[in-house]
Amino acid sequence: MWNTRLKTLVVGAALLALAVWSFAPPAEAAPKKGGTLKFVVGSKIPSYDGHIESTFGMIHPIRPFYSLLIRVNPDNPASPTDFECKVCEGGIPQPTEGHTKYTFKIRGDITFHNGQKLTSADVKATYDKIISPPKGIESNRKAFFSMVKSVTAPDPKTLVFKLKYPTGAFVPALALPYNFIYSKADLDKHGYKWHQKNVNGTGAFRFVQHQPGAFVEGKRYEKYHHKGKPHLDGYRAISAPKMAIRLQAIRGDRAAIEFRGFPPKARDDLKKALGDKLTVQESDWNCNLMVTPNHKRKPFDDARVRRALTLAIDRWGGSKYLSRIAIVKTVGGVVFPKHPLAATKEELTKIAGYWPDINKSRAEAKRLLKEAGYPNGFEFTLHNRGVDQPYKVVGTWVIDQWRKIGLKVKQWVQPSGPFYATLRKKKNFDVSIDFNCQSVINPLVDVSKFISDDKAGNQYAQYQDRQLDKWFQEMNKEPDVKKQRAIMRKYEKRALDEMAHQFVTLWWYKINPHRSYVKGWKIAPSHYLNQHLDNVWIDQ
Amino acid sequence: MASPSDLAVSEMDFDALPERSWVDKMKDTARKKPLGAVSACAVFVMILLAALANVITFYDPVQNAFDSMHVAPGAAHWFGTDQFGRDIFTRIVFGARTALFVGFSASILGSTAGLILGVGSAYFGGRFDLIFQRFMDIFISFPLIIMALSVVSIFGTGTQNVILAITIPLIPRCARVVRSSALAIREIPYVDAARALGFAHIRIIFRHMIPNVMAPYLIMLTAFLGQAILLEASLSYLGLGVQEPTPAWGLMLQGGAEEYAESAPWIPVFPGLAISAAVFAFNLFGDAVRDTLDPRLRSE
Repeated sequence: MWNTRLKTLVVGAALLALAVWSFAPPAEAAPKKGGTLKFVVGSKIPSYDGHIESTFGMIHPIRPFYSLLIRVNPDNPASPTDFECKVCEGGIPQPTEGHTKYTFKIRGDITFHNGQKLTSADVKATYDKIISPPKGIESNRKAFFSMVKSVTAPDPKTLVFKLKYPTGAFVPALALPYNFIYSKADLDKHGYKWHQKNVNGTGAFRFVQHQPGAFVEGKRYEKYHHKGKPHLDGYRAISAPKMAIRLQAIRGDRAAIEFRGFPPKARDDLKKALGDKLTVQESDWNCNLMVTPNHKRKPFDDARVRRALTLAIDRWGGSKYLSRIAIVKTVGGVVFPKHPLAATKEELTKIAGYWPDINKSRAEAKRLLKEAGYPNGFEFTLHNRGVDQPYKVVGTWVIDQWRKIGLKVKQWVQPSGPFYATLRKKKNFDVSIDFNCQSVINPLVDVSKFISDDKAGNQYAQYQDRQLDKWFQEMNKEPDVKKQRAIMRKYEKRALDEMAHQFVTLWWYKINPHRSYVKGWKIAPSHYLNQHLDNVWIDQ
Repeated sequence: MASPSDLAVSEMDFDALPERSWVDKMKDTARKKPLGAVSACAVFVMILLAALANVITFYDPVQNAFDSMHVAPGAAHWFGTDQFGRDIFTRIVFGARTALFVGFSASILGSTAGLILGVGSAYFGGRFDLIFQRFMDIFISFPLIIMALSVVSIFGTGTQNVILAITIPLIPRCARVVRSSALAIREIPYVDAARALGFAHIRIIFRHMIPNVMAPYLIMLTAFLGQAILLEASLSYLGLGVQEPTPAWGLMLQGGAEEYAESAPWIPVFPGLAISAAVFAFNLFGDAVRDTLDPRLRSE
């Protein structure tokens, strides 16, 4: 009796186990060791120094040579709150002293590629260079650390950040992919500009060579501090400024992946040609394309004219069609659309330019132009960057949108260098296309693009709005997320609608088609993130 | 000893011959230069298309029509539509305006400036001519497109700057050819006579020398037309010429070639054909003009 029951139980359990096994999703295959990853990069390397550069042209080939104090979780790069500290003992520390003190414990078994041991003094020297560089030394992201009061390294394993006020913006700022950890000895011995032309990091790969205009080569660092990583023997980042060449490189298997992103048509063509040999990863992108009127030029000093410009743009309709030809898709306000601080669709439709009825919107735009003294519209020039995706495509679209309210617009396109010179130095434009591209999703500081130009280094509309400055500070010092959100809505309404200082057209959409044998890399909502390559492997 | 036939010709009363109409003359020229005639017709059609663009097209060349993106050539859209849903035939017809405006402006300006400088250089001669020609050598040593790219990088993009960018490299090329003809003219006694009468240099150059070098000037001008159209298309293709939404052939090619050559080939193919046809027509036309005006080639 018991024997029969036992047999039934065993058979039943076995059947259940079999059923569970057969319906369970297939487990990710174990990473294979070896191989060289070849990828294409569509931009040049201005210098190797992450602390002064902002381009993916530097990040993609150079980031694998360095470690960061903390980084986004490579297996969950879309999360705005999931970070890991691989150079720490015990992960990311909990803040103390009312969320104003972070004490990191640095591991003692990490070495730079030149054999020197990593200590907290190296991390401190790195953040000193980023946050408070000596006079004459650039640091592109020091504004992200305005909350930091001090950085100290009381012993070789301890690093302490003290903040002026508690803020949720601090930890994401630490995870910026540009914050390469440099050796204090290198900084002391060679100076603060040495890293512009030299590489010595603790990353998964060692620098082998850089043939300017051709490629950057990296080789596996055997003493890398992540056990069992990297999987690759090495990588080669091939320079290919023309999109057609990058596409053909993947198609012809001369390269396996391009990390920035391709437009939808290119994805479709590749998929059609390669079938299962191609895998496509897609994601919302923490980048938006903006329209920036020059407040120092008439008639753009008039808020009614600026409001008319934003009211004329049919974002909801544009999203539907432009997402088929350009790397833009999502309609959103000032905050990354998937973030809890972002406006909901209902909230967005109350902002000028986001109204659901475009005819009503354009009628209001015409009324405003008439009220401002331009009943028949006027002519102006749209300044744009000489890059097709998405700048020129969206530029051509907004010009057509403005035609619908009687504005005659010419386009003035400049290559990237002169384009930035016009925005930053010459400032001789009427209205310009601009962008707000960030890496780690950190809306509290990402929206600094809208504060006064004497506070934000990247606001080119040339206005000062102390109300926005005040709300920006309040948001950053406010620990309660609900209250942060309420302030963010007021901030957004004023920036995009009431004053229409600058306005967002559409948020970008990232499409990464790659050879299916590339495994372990997960798309992030930024082309700057998840580029350490230590978890990437080749399934061949 | 004269033959009877020679006598017959010499004794003919030429005034009694009926004067040939311009139609007959054109027919005669077309028979002698069939390629030239065909190219002249093509150029004429192109000018006509450009002039009547508003009449012969049914769509707005710049307005986006997203409900008809990437439509293949058919009855509604003869050449299909582009990624913004714009009718490609309409944009090609309007693009002829851009091509002709830039082409004619640049070649007329470049040739005329070259004419004046070339004749001036030949007339004054001596050290002025020597130094001036070395400057011309420097300019000529750069390929047309490189020179045009340099000019655009200094002055920026836009229709006017593109005209300037194409004009500047054309000047020394015309000046060099015209100078060689002007050097011969300068030695003819009537120029000395004009000098002896005390005429101003300007008057001698403009009244007595320039009219006598019009043949090489016209030959260069027509030859430059095709080159100027090609240069405009090249600069636009490189993103340094006229800009969207202005219809321009090079720009249309650039916008479609990279992304749509495979899935919507009509987007780059038709602008490419338009560029090829226009340049071919203008080059043939230029050759025909040269053959007609150059005395060495006229004997046939």
